[in-house]
Amino acid sequence: MRTIKFLLQKEFRQIFRNSAIVAMILVVPVMQLLILPLAANYEVKDINITVVDNDHSSYSAKLISKITSSGYFKMTGVKTSFKEAFKLIETDEADLVLEIPYGFEQRLIKEDEQKVFVAVNAINGTKANLGGAYLGTIISNFNSDVRMRIDVPGKFNSKPVIDVAPTNWYNPLMNYRVYMVPGILAVLLTLIGGYLTSLNIVKEKEVGTIEQINVTPIKKYQFVLGKLIPFLVLSLVVFTLGLLVAWLVYGIFPEGSILLMYGFVLVYLLAVLGLGLLISTYCETQQQAMFIAFFFLMIFIMMGGLFTPIESMPDWAKAITKFNPVSYMIDVMRMIVLKGSSFGDIKYHFAKILLFAVVFNTWAIFNYKKTT
Amino acid sequence: MKQFLTFVKKEFAHVLRDRKTLLILFGLPVVQILIFGFALTNEVKKSKIIIVDQAKDLASQKIITKIGTSQYFDIENTAMNRQQIEKQFKEGEIKLAVIFPEHFNHDLLHQNKATIQVIADSTDPNTANTLTNYLSSVIADYQTELNRKSQTPYRIIPEMRMLYNPELKGAPNFVPGVMALVLMLVCVMMTAISIVKEKETGTMEILLVSPFRPILVILAKAFPYLILSLGNVCTILLLSVFVLGLPISGSIFLLFAESTLFIITCLSLGLLISVNTESQQVAMLISLMGMLLPTVMFSGFMFPIENMPVALQWLSNLIPAKWFYIIVKSIMIKGVGFTAIWQETLILVGITLILLTVSIKNFKIRLA
Amino acid sequence: MKETVIKTEKLTKRFGDFIATNEITLEVYKGEIFGFLGANGAGKTTAMRMLCGLSIPSSGDAAIAGYDVYKQTEQIKKNIGYMSQKFSLYEDLTVLENIKFFGGIYGLTDKKIKSKSEELLNELGMESEAKKLVGSLPLGWKQKLSFSVAILHEPKIVFLDEPTGGVDPVTRRQFWDLIYNAAERGITIFVTTHYMDEAEYCNRISIMVDGRIKALNSPANLKKQFSVNSMDEVFFELARGAKRGE
Repeated sequence: MRTIKFLLQKEFRQIFRNSAIVAMILVVPVMQLLILPLAANYEVKDINITVVDNDHSSYSAKLISKITSSGYFKMTGVKTSFKEAFKLIETDEADLVLEIPYGFEQRLIKEDEQKVFVAVNAINGTKANLGGAYLGTIISNFNSDVRMRIDVPGKFNSKPVIDVAPTNWYNPLMNYRVYMVPGILAVLLTLIGGYLTSLNIVKEKEVGTIEQINVTPIKKYQFVLGKLIPFLVLSLVVFTLGLLVAWLVYGIFPEGSILLMYGFVLVYLLAVLGLGLLISTYCETQQQAMFIAFFFLMIFIMMGGLFTPIESMPDWAKAITKFNPVSYMIDVMRMIVLKGSSFGDIKYHFAKILLFAVVFNTWAIFNYKKTT
Repeated sequence: MKQFLTFVKKEFAHVLRDRKTLLILFGLPVVQILIFGFALTNEVKKSKIIIVDQAKDLASQKIITKIGTSQYFDIENTAMNRQQIEKQFKEGEIKLAVIFPEHFNHDLLHQNKATIQVIADSTDPNTANTLTNYLSSVIADYQTELNRKSQTPYRIIPEMRMLYNPELKGAPNFVPGVMALVLMLVCVMMTAISIVKEKETGTMEILLVSPFRPILVILAKAFPYLILSLGNVCTILLLSVFVLGLPISGSIFLLFAESTLFIITCLSLGLLISVNTESQQVAMLISLMGMLLPTVMFSGFMFPIENMPVALQWLSNLIPAKWFYIIVKSIMIKGVGFTAIWQETLILVGITLILLTVSIKNFKIRLA
Repeated sequence: MKETVIKTEKLTKRFGDFIATNEITLEVYKGEIFGFLGANGAGKTTAMRMLCGLSIPSSGDAAIAGYDVYKQTEQIKKNIGYMSQKFSLYEDLTVLENIKFFGGIYGLTDKKIKSKSEELLNELGMESEAKKLVGSLPLGWKQKLSFSVAILHEPKIVFLDEPTGGVDPVTRRQFWDLIYNAAERGITIFVTTHYMDEAEYCNRISIMVDGRIKALNSPANLKKQFSVNSMDEVFFELARGAKRGE
């Protein structure tokens, strides 16, 4: 027990003396939390549209003004030929081109039907989908307007209308940041925790001080604990900082129990730090450790449900996600912060993460050999 | 020249000997492409929902059946009251609840209007929006079926043509992004660390004392990573064409030329970092925390830049990956030639020159 | 009766086909200064690592302070001190912090640590350096400090692996003074070196060539045996035909 106390003293002294590390640990997460949620936004708006108006009629003008006033689109210009407009798509100045054919207004009234042509830059599928859908809605609304104006009401039967009244729970303002911040915090914790521990043991190997440790009566588990605890404490500090930022800057205050959150974070950190230590025992140089840690962390984070929902993944990917500690963390963060879930709701997550923690750390202790 | 080659050989030896790192260097793009290609998508499908049918009449049953057959919805079960709905939401599985009021069909027939309440878990606003939209279109479909007899006059029909990516696949969007990401990572990190390591172990001094100009030392260090990165570009393109079915529309030569430019940009960035740091740990932390996340965020392939606050949009202009992403998209997906991307290329060249100048200046200061 | 603190019997270490240490047999007594000599590549460090419990032998037996080198490595570690070629003190900790750390690791009470650190700093004349980072000290001081920290817990044996590399002759002399002091206190010194003049300072030495022990005796006896005047020449005679090393 005393041994661990001495180990901890040494580790903390070394960490705090390294000002670069301290800066990284404290400053970088805060910065990321400030900037990233601002950037992470999947909302589709301000889509660039170019219109080719071959009709120059009052209808085409009305349609164009309806599009510009919708708030979804930014008009980048009205061109006289499709070819010109298409060039704008090639140079990324336009996302969509709407071509209104010659005789649009006249033919609509006479022939009851008119087509308009829309070309969409579909490289970004989501954008294309939503952009097309918005435009479609605007055109359809315009269509109803036209119909109202031309037609005498009653000429056609009024039909029953089913209204859909949406309510949004947990994030009523539909603020994307509220969704992202807990997840980003989870990711930051993972990066810092996993990284720093993976580099730590390897550094002692590289420099040679680890031999000095191996020759002393320090037991393996004492050594591993001595490495684990300082970073656990640091990570919790980062987590607290993150919560403060979330509250003060984004107004996000956890709905659920903060104690429960800390409890889960503690176990999660044990798992992540354990993973870092485990990687550390397999590497000879810091470079290797960093790369391998990065490789795993990157996969975990990408498949963790932060950027894209896990429900959208194919079954085999979902199966892999069951082994991904990050996905549990992101999930739990969102559940506790936004929905106020209780322990009963997250007990399975808890159990699985605990298992990860035990497995990784035991494996690390087992792998670290004082005698070869 | 011969001296340079000696150096290069030594650097190659270093790199090739480190099997673990090499594995990751080559495995990285492969894994990323596979994950992005097959696992990650923003599409919403097969979401679990619950239905509260307080009407239990003809109309509600019909609609429920229709919802059940939709590919987007998986009716998990039905609940009867608000408490149960809350509980299910809290447990995390359910995304949407659809509530039919008691006199649904009656209201529809006699008042010509009925309302269905939809509660969405808007923790993820996009999913909530999309699911609500899908549900609305199912309802709208039902409405159209009801009203099939009357034909509306004065129909405006938009004909949509999806360019470059008619199937709306994710690949065209992210493959260029992955390329930018992987190149950035490998070149910046590896170069920075490789140079800093020599500083740390003291062997840098030996090299500097040798008759070779320091610039050659640096160039030799960067060279293997240039080759490696070009190899990665090949891997990514091959995977993209043969595994993801995404063909290269434009000139492959131009693509490689631009890639080489971007690689040099990244190597310069790595150089800049290495000149200004003393320890590997710090170099790594800067490369990763300072570069990876911003690149992912601001290059434009994960999140659209147009949505960001103006300040961040300006910031994104500094990120070389953003420009490269545009260039690759243009060449690979749109198939355009140099004329369309000369501006972006110029910007990249500019960034590279600035990085190199600053690095060399700093380097000289250190030596003095 | 002399107490044996190190006893090996045909101790061997193989790495694949390569036999680094080949059946070495020796005995070291309490309070001795035992020099473990050999050219680079002769197998000294490998042998020493086995004796420290850092490496499991391929075959043969050894007992350190009475503990078996296969099964009781942790006990061995409680009873020995070690100073490696790289001096392995933490460069980013101060002198005092290093002393406190290693003292604590070896189970010394806080009181003992305090008194020992004062003693140590006194002996080395380093009182004013107590709060300086080890990394900022000149090489000779680091070296003396490492040694003192290695014997802080009064171990039965202290293993020194090439402790005087790269240091000027005056400092080397001072270092050896420390070693003598320790030996007088009953600590057995097991030191490897390839400085032959240091061999003269030892009670007995062994010379390893190509993994085997080719000589084991006091310096005086060895010089007589080979009819030469210096240990350098003894070494030359033995190591001339060596196949390994430089």
